[in-house]
Amino acid sequence: MQKYDIELINISKSFGIVKANSEISLSIAPGEIHALLGENGSGKSTLMNILSGIYTPDEGIIKLDGSEVKFNSPSDSIAAGIGMVHQHFKLVDVMSATENILIGLPGGLFIKPKKATREIQAVADKYGLKIDLSKKVYEMSVSEKQTVEIMKVLYRGARILILDEPTAVLTPQEIVSLFGILRNMKASGCSIIIITHKLNEVMEISDRVTVLHKGRSIKTLVTSETDMTELTTLMVGKPISLEIKRTDAAAELIKPLLEVSDLTVLNADKREVLDNMSFTLSSGEILGVAGIAGSGQKELCETIAGLQRAASGDIIYKGQSIIKMNPRDIIKKGITMSFIPEDRLGMGLVGGMSVIDNVILKKVQMQKGIIVDRKAGKKAAERMIERFGINTPSTHTIVRKLSGGNIQKVLLGREIEMNPELLITAYPVRGLDIGASYNIYDILNEQKSKGVGILFIGEDLDVLLGLCDRIMVIHSGKNMGIVDAKSTTKEKLGLMMLGQRPDDMAS
Amino acid sequence: MDILNSIGLFLQSTVQMGTILLFATLGGILCERVGHLNLGIEGMMLMGAVIGFFTGYHTGSGWAAFIAAAIAGGFGALIYAVITVTFLGNQIVTGLVLSIFGTGFSSFVGLPLSTVTMPQSAMAPFRAFKVPLLSKIPVLGPALFEQSIYVHIGLILAIFMYIYINKTRFGLNLRAIGENPASADASGININLYKYIHIIVGGMLCGLGGAYLTLVYVPLWQDGITSGMGWIAVTLIIFSSWNPIKAIFSAYLFGALRSIGFKLQNIQIPKIGGGTFILNSQLLNMLPYIMTIVVLVIIALRKKREEQPPAWLSLPYFREDR
Repeated sequence: MQKYDIELINISKSFGIVKANSEISLSIAPGEIHALLGENGSGKSTLMNILSGIYTPDEGIIKLDGSEVKFNSPSDSIAAGIGMVHQHFKLVDVMSATENILIGLPGGLFIKPKKATREIQAVADKYGLKIDLSKKVYEMSVSEKQTVEIMKVLYRGARILILDEPTAVLTPQEIVSLFGILRNMKASGCSIIIITHKLNEVMEISDRVTVLHKGRSIKTLVTSETDMTELTTLMVGKPISLEIKRTDAAAELIKPLLEVSDLTVLNADKREVLDNMSFTLSSGEILGVAGIAGSGQKELCETIAGLQRAASGDIIYKGQSIIKMNPRDIIKKGITMSFIPEDRLGMGLVGGMSVIDNVILKKVQMQKGIIVDRKAGKKAAERMIERFGINTPSTHTIVRKLSGGNIQKVLLGREIEMNPELLITAYPVRGLDIGASYNIYDILNEQKSKGVGILFIGEDLDVLLGLCDRIMVIHSGKNMGIVDAKSTTKEKLGLMMLGQRPDDMAS
Repeated sequence: MDILNSIGLFLQSTVQMGTILLFATLGGILCERVGHLNLGIEGMMLMGAVIGFFTGYHTGSGWAAFIAAAIAGGFGALIYAVITVTFLGNQIVTGLVLSIFGTGFSSFVGLPLSTVTMPQSAMAPFRAFKVPLLSKIPVLGPALFEQSIYVHIGLILAIFMYIYINKTRFGLNLRAIGENPASADASGININLYKYIHIIVGGMLCGLGGAYLTLVYVPLWQDGITSGMGWIAVTLIIFSSWNPIKAIFSAYLFGALRSIGFKLQNIQIPKIGGGTFILNSQLLNMLPYIMTIVVLVIIALRKKREEQPPAWLSLPYFREDR
């Protein structure tokens, strides 16, 4: 019989009426990299939070080296040698890497920072991790923060490592180096569980893969004996094509629409968050924007929408400068923006208000008089629900209660209801499952073929390559160059995201 | 020499007034460092003040009064901790209620105490004493080395607290909880235990701050004796960037503002065009509060990351929240 490091047997967990996990079973062999594959909401994170002691399961058994254990808190799980690298990093920003790693560790009354730093460095060297231990977390890039999280787990001597969507925020080059680290850890005897919904990564790194769907474990397969099509079918529950269909707008619709020249925006500390940025966008075109998170995406969107002031430069929309206009006038000109922040509801929608009210919120700006025309709002909301297939019990349902995909459709749908000529959309598929994502791509393509110009701020390079006509890469507020999406490669985009210009690269 | 002498005396009363604020500020810092905003400082000070006086009056023992005051403040904090830590109640409302409760409680317990005086035996341990040699230093001597042991306890406590927060393992965990409880939790720290301990010890310090008034400074019981100093302490916590060493200086600065009020009252200032203008005590009593407003504006302009409040201040934390 196969020996397992850890076994989860028939685990169930509910949150209120939502069953996040039902009778999931999973077993991890010593020294294997096991991928946990599933769409959002399939219960991957819940399962791993149970394994790391953050949630307690309603039912089911956890076995460690063959004997049953109970994890009542994270410290139990840590003591059992399980370490989790969370998707949303759990680090203290104002502390250094060393301090973060030492949090919660037993030891003498006084901390000896120098000795601790030496010891941590030794562990880092063993696994080939590069890390500046004295750096404060708030000064770190996303990939550095992830390294601290991994170090934290390794320093505690974890032999079973859980990584929750570790590649979601990394550039292709950073992913390569992360995978190198994972292989080192595997070689030294650690077992690794990697949660992801990216199939190519499953194929590349894992030994076995377990597919979850709607809170159930569907199947565990040996990676070398399966392929991407089989995995997709299992994950989505039905066969689905992974191609994004690129549509083209009729030639007569394509006209210059937006011209941004030498745009510079400063933040509160007077640093350039956008640095001399120039680009153009035509109607009937999707211009993608790629870049590491926090490279100026938000500032770019907000400056065009009139929410931030530019220090210098100009924005010409259909031959007229809009740089000095207020957001209200910019909306009237046919420019709309939908920005999906990490918490989804933070910007754009009011979570505690109904679908109708959220629609009215924007429409009311265009209306005369002081009494809100609720009838028109209701009609618009119904039209929107119908058109975009939004799954909501009624137009009066509070937006926060909808699922992520439907919230995003409400946000995007409301903007499209305004009949924009320029649609700015940032991370519209963030956190959505495959089906809902393709739905959003279709909506965007439909708008494009009608002659709407779309500025698409994206994070997944595969999507940017499949959906956009051209891709602009930004790096710390600078435009690194605009490339043709049909002819460029992911590797090239990755290097540009790290600050190289395309003409510097030997191709 | 005469002017040096009066500066010395002024500094002496500054330090005394500052000691009340120092205890309360230290208590507040401890509480806020675990991420709990406690606006009940005024209430806990009053509870400590009245119970301290009550115990001193009845037992005739200064140290028994000292301990009882700490327990009273700690009891107020315990109520706050149960509501905000265990039941995740709103911290701001709970703190305000604690302040109102403490005021009422002290009025009730203090009713028969307003006409009595403290026995000499209870005041004896806290009488000012001269540290040999050091008290001879001009100006600073009387301010720092001719004081009650209570004053020295406050100073030593501040230094210990600084070391505790910044150099020890417990301090590191404590800071992690205030900054990011999810991080502390995932690291296996017993968050609620840490919160309870530090909130309660913080409340004890607030109680001791109030008791300094009724045991040493006045020493009598008057209704509402703290006269809003608990609210100043709430500002001083921010002013000192949650740092106990800086708390010493900010508490003494505000102590100076209050004692300057006493010194300057009834001084006649010649008016332009004849006549005089009397600085009345009401006007001067506003000084610390005006300064509080100024300080809050200055603080709002502060940008350095290390001087920002604990990131999770006043937010509830529930592990299984989604």
